[in-house]
Amino acid sequence: MKLDVPSDLGMVGDAVELVASHVPPGTLSPRRISFNLRTALAEALGNAIRYGTGEDPDRIVRVRVELAEDMVRIHVVDDGNGYDPRRLPDPTHPDNLEREFGRGLFVIRHLVDDVAFNEKGNGICLTLRAG
Amino acid sequence: MRFTLKKDKSGVVIVGVEGQLIVGNRQELKQKVLDALEEGSRKFVIDFSKTGYIDSSGLGVLVSLSKKIREQGGELRLAGLNADLQTLFELTKLDTLFAITRTAEEALAAF
Repeated sequence: MKLDVPSDLGMVGDAVELVASHVPPGTLSPRRISFNLRTALAEALGNAIRYGTGEDPDRIVRVRVELAEDMVRIHVVDDGNGYDPRRLPDPTHPDNLEREFGRGLFVIRHLVDDVAFNEKGNGICLTLRAG
Repeated sequence: MRFTLKKDKSGVVIVGVEGQLIVGNRQELKQKVLDALEEGSRKFVIDFSKTGYIDSSGLGVLVSLSKKIREQGGELRLAGLNADLQTLFELTKLDTLFAITRTAEEALAAF
C-alpha cells in the first residue's frame, strides 16, 4: 500500500485511519492496531509534515506499508533535510518535563518493535509485530 | 473527533474528547479551554473516556494548558484514560505532572 499525504497537519488523522483500516485482521492484535499503530503513525506523519515539509501545501509525505502474516512495516519519508535522531534530549528529564514539544520519537520507540531511519534522516521505518 | 465543554453546578468545566487528540486537532482543544479560562473558569477536567489515542502533540498541549491554568490560579485534572493511555502518561512521566483519576466524577469530587 502506498499513500501520498498532503503536507497538512489536518490530514494526519484521516491518513492514520486509512492505513489502520487496511491492516488485515489477525496481522496484529486489535489493541495494537487501535493504539500502537495509530499513535506511532500519527507521530511519524506529524513530525514529517511539521519539520520535514514545513507544512508547505505544495509538498507531500510518502507512506509505504508492507504487510506480512504477522508484521506491519510502515515507511514515512518526507523531502526535507532530515535530522539526527541521536541528538534529541530526553523528554522525561525533569528539566524537560514541562516542555510542550520533544516527545514524538520517544513515544514512537515505546510503541513499536523496531525503529529505523534512512541515512539522510528524512525517512523513518516503523515495524510492529504480532504478539 | 469532537470536543465538548460543559460546566457543572460548582463551576468546573468538563471537556470531553471524542476520538483522538493529535497534531491535527490539538489547537482546537487548546483554544476552547483558553477561551473558558479567559471567561473566568479556573477548574477544568478533561475526560478521555471516549478517546482512543493521544500523540505527543496532544500531550504537549495538555502540558501547556496545565501551565497556563496554574498561572491563573486554577487546576487541570485528567480523567478516564484507557490502559494504553495511562501507560503512555507513565512512560513520559507526565503522570507526575497531572492529577489523574479513573472517572470524571472522581475528578470533580476531588476539587
